[in-house]
Amino acid sequence: MRLVVDLNRCQGYAQCAFLAPDVFAMHGDESLLYNPEAAAEQREDVVRAVAACPVGAILLELTDEDMADVVSQGAAAGAGSGGTR
Amino acid sequence: MTGERTRDGSLEQLKREGRIVVVGASLAGLRAAETMRDKGFTGSLTMIGDEPYEPYDRPPLSKQVLLGNAVADHTALPRRRAIDADWRLGVPATGLDMAARTVRLGNGDEVEYDRLLIATGVRARPWPNPEEAELEGVFVLRTRDDGEGLQRALAAGPRRVLVIGAGFTGSEIASACRERGLNVTVAERGEAPLVGALGAVIGRVAAEMHREHDVDLRTGVMVTALEGDPAGRVRAAHLSDGSSVEADVVVVSLGAQRNTEWLAGSGLGAGPRGIACDAGCRAFDVRGIVTDDIFVAGDVARSPHALFGYQFLSLEHWGNAVAQADTAAHNMLSESADRRPHLWVPAFWSSQFGVNIKSVGVPPMGTEIIVTQGSLSERRFAAVYGYQGRVIAAVTFDNCRWLPFYEHQIESTAPFPPPYSTVDRRPEGNKPVPADFPDPSVPTHGPTITLSGYSPADRKMTFTPGR
Repeated sequence: MRLVVDLNRCQGYAQCAFLAPDVFAMHGDESLLYNPEAAAEQREDVVRAVAACPVGAILLELTDEDMADVVSQGAAAGAGSGGTR
Repeated sequence: MTGERTRDGSLEQLKREGRIVVVGASLAGLRAAETMRDKGFTGSLTMIGDEPYEPYDRPPLSKQVLLGNAVADHTALPRRRAIDADWRLGVPATGLDMAARTVRLGNGDEVEYDRLLIATGVRARPWPNPEEAELEGVFVLRTRDDGEGLQRALAAGPRRVLVIGAGFTGSEIASACRERGLNVTVAERGEAPLVGALGAVIGRVAAEMHREHDVDLRTGVMVTALEGDPAGRVRAAHLSDGSSVEADVVVVSLGAQRNTEWLAGSGLGAGPRGIACDAGCRAFDVRGIVTDDIFVAGDVARSPHALFGYQFLSLEHWGNAVAQADTAAHNMLSESADRRPHLWVPAFWSSQFGVNIKSVGVPPMGTEIIVTQGSLSERRFAAVYGYQGRVIAAVTFDNCRWLPFYEHQIESTAPFPPPYSTVDRRPEGNKPVPADFPDPSVPTHGPTITLSGYSPADRKMTFTPGR
């Protein structure tokens, strides 16, 4: 599972850090640190975090062994996020 | 004739079976490729990258990776869609023939294109003395390999780390070192960290942050030499004030150089300040004529921006790479009347010493600054930069939710100083003060935005064609 957070868009609401604390963590009051390649068992938590982000800043790609045909799911999970502001 | 004239089917043919080559397989190149496929491009797509890796994200390399929270080779960028590309990784582009429409590769191959996107980005400026740069323990930080090597060196528990240059990357590295409990010295030529990017008023706040976290911050000094031991390991650095620092890890953080050398002699308007392009991302040639088939995006581009006096801006910003790639890809596959300008408002972030620093606009254009919310001494504030009576930029420390408001102020050329009252205005916010940027004619390594004048060819720079 690969992810990237558009930190221009992120406003530190910390919803992701509550929902997937093993992947997202606040660093200080407002900075977000995250693991860009989270383990598969974090999947449910991360998908929830993506959906809960108030500013839609998290782009997620769910990778499988055969990445090529899974991308559409990944794109759906992170729909519209991480793109242009 | 009119209207129909451009619709001769050539664009449809390009989209159906054209050949698009993207030089630069990082954030901008990848996002552009995705947009092209999204727009129905079904022809051949070649991605050329000098690093042997698929596109990965760089910002974590100076943050999560150095803190040990993420692994350097696990920052591959998520894909928005499949792009079905022919990947030519680990081989650099070495030349461009604009007449023959070919890109020459380091292995001697030539790749033909109908449309070319150049997104070759920047590289870390190396330590100027090559022998000293070769010493074991001397690092730069730009690539995945750099991040991996530096992370390993920090994990080995060096007695002291010396960071040369206190721009954003240097400051983030110093912050990560302190968080790991390592002794750090930072040597900065300017009067404070971040002065080139944010001016000395904010730079002084950054300097306090360094010192409060027990960084041995030395400003107004230059490192004149690095000294190695007989085994070829770095052991000390000599400074311009006559002092020396014993360090077993040295990180050279002196900004970036644009990857344009491979275009020397090609006739494209490329030089040390990047590749000049119009607002639609089309590259200029050296004669100042815009090309129709060569586009530019990301750190290597410099393009005029209507909001900032049509000056050519070079933006080493993550968000710029994403936005400009999208615009370039759109324009590559559009009739001229359907093209869009790249009018993204510059924005960036940095995380250091537990503080979230964010900015919009072009701070180095600002001549004055006013703290509109909060207080510098509390490290939680919003400050606005003014230029000729209008708001030109804003910066926040741990106060980023106000930034969209200021972004709108910049976009609407709102007056400076702001005539309205703001939430949490303090006495220091009653009057603007000089923003205190260093003289722009003196080279600095802090800025991530370069204001590079109006001329596409920029004759003030030394342009050195290869032959």
